[in-house]
Amino acid sequence: MHHLLLFNIIDQIRALGWGGAFTLLRNGIVLGSLYSLIALGYTMVYGILKLLNFAHGDVFMIGTFMGYGVLIAFGGALAPTIPFIPLILLMFAVSMAGSGVVGVGIERFAYRPLRNAPRIAPLISALGVAFFLENSAQLLTNSAHELYNGYALGGKNGNFGPLLNPVFTIDQVPVTVIMVIVVLTAIALMAALVLIVYRTKLGKAMRATSFDREAASMMGIDTDRVISMTFFIGSVLAGAAGVMYGLYIGDAYFFIGFLFGLKAFTAAVVGGIGSLPGAMLGGVLIGVVEAFATGYAGGQWSEIVVFGILILFLLVRPTGLLGSPAIQKV
Amino acid sequence: MTDVDGEQDAGNGAAPEPLLRLDAVDTFYGPIHILQGLNLEVGAGELVCLLGGNASGKSTTLKTVLGIVRPRNGSVSFEGEDITSRSTSYRIGKGMAIVPENRRLFGPMTVLENLEMGAYLHGGGAKEDFDRVYTLFPLLHERRKQLAGTMSGGEQQMVAMGRALMAKPKLLLMDEPSMGLAPILVERSFEIIKQVHESGVAMLVVEQNANVSLSIADRGYVLSTGRLVLEGPAAELREHEDLRKAYLGR
Repeated sequence: MHHLLLFNIIDQIRALGWGGAFTLLRNGIVLGSLYSLIALGYTMVYGILKLLNFAHGDVFMIGTFMGYGVLIAFGGALAPTIPFIPLILLMFAVSMAGSGVVGVGIERFAYRPLRNAPRIAPLISALGVAFFLENSAQLLTNSAHELYNGYALGGKNGNFGPLLNPVFTIDQVPVTVIMVIVVLTAIALMAALVLIVYRTKLGKAMRATSFDREAASMMGIDTDRVISMTFFIGSVLAGAAGVMYGLYIGDAYFFIGFLFGLKAFTAAVVGGIGSLPGAMLGGVLIGVVEAFATGYAGGQWSEIVVFGILILFLLVRPTGLLGSPAIQKV
Repeated sequence: MTDVDGEQDAGNGAAPEPLLRLDAVDTFYGPIHILQGLNLEVGAGELVCLLGGNASGKSTTLKTVLGIVRPRNGSVSFEGEDITSRSTSYRIGKGMAIVPENRRLFGPMTVLENLEMGAYLHGGGAKEDFDRVYTLFPLLHERRKQLAGTMSGGEQQMVAMGRALMAKPKLLLMDEPSMGLAPILVERSFEIIKQVHESGVAMLVVEQNANVSLSIADRGYVLSTGRLVLEGPAAELREHEDLRKAYLGR
């Protein structure tokens, strides 16, 4: 069995050639950009509250539906009532703002009352919120796959829409408009995040609160507000990722947050939980590994490989690639 | 000097309102009664030290003053205003600042960023605030780009002092400034405290090191298991029999 798999993989690598390898790399980077955006939310919340916010993947899912709601409100992909670019911008704006508000609400009602409880309590609360969001979305959408219709967004009669036009090709492998949008938007949002965290008063207060919450409050920092803002920013990133997932993959479904969120969480752990550059690196890494596992070993292997890596890191290097070892505070 | 249990004038009406007043404060951690009917005052520009051994309630007193811990009974007032139910940030905005126990610097942030956090409620620090702190501690200007966590204990003490002074406090709270410092640095540290006090800042200094703190203080209180056992002018406390036995080791 093992031998067979190995031979199959080698055959696959030969069969796909350089073009195939590049296709997989391309897919991995695009998918990984989405993982990175979501992983940032996990890692920021962990950094400031030492909480694994398991509801975060479902905030991403809610964001996907919010973008879809805007799309439908303006006529849907095939007959939009407003021009294409403003429509997409509006989808981003509504989903980002809406997800941000959802994130703040989750913190306010599910985590803040447990601020001084043992760490297991908010963790259980997080799982509860995740189920609540998933099941609510399931009820509201009747378990339907709502199609963004990414393949035809703006296209008709079997023609590809503008999002699928190639921007350039490498070795006959096209890189489409939506792929470029995903990667560039992710980079821009991450750059904005780094600027906020390292250059603004709020960002500095976030770092101070993350390092020592009581000391931060002794400086007059309203740490509850800082924590709220951390959830807001993380959820805004997840909302953006949600719209891009819809545009790129094509659909919105109540269950996507679970698996996609777990993979983004894996990315945060691999990069080093609590580390912003770690989440960015980990996301792209997990995306690329998943793409190659799918391409060479088969789709049934992709999750085995990704979560195998999660277990491996938790066992061997729990601080991840860029995380610093936990320093015991005196 | 008065023994607290003894008679005490119940507030001579003519006296000016002190900067800080704790009136019959009871503080609890869960079921545990920490501060028991604590009365304490700090006048404007006064340097007051609060002495006591481990678990005597010294740090809890500071946390109560700052609003991190809320008293169950009694009141806290600042400049005559009852602030018992006010938030920590409100109090800091009103003119308090603290140098916490073990300094509690933001280790992964630069010296400059630590100072900015001190002035968080004052827009992150005006140029004259930085100038004032850099004049007192020229080293901090030199090292402003260094991460605070990589500095020595004495240097960190300067950052912690500078950070608190960035808030332009009327009342500076100091929690065990001598803790974890080499004896020579303790002396240096108290020289700085004296210098800051002489610039007009009132201070409430919590210490186990009674000798050095009484040498610079105007007045002192002695706390034992949450109750005041002694209070009075520093010079008199230094000569007090019980205190000498308990804290001065002579």
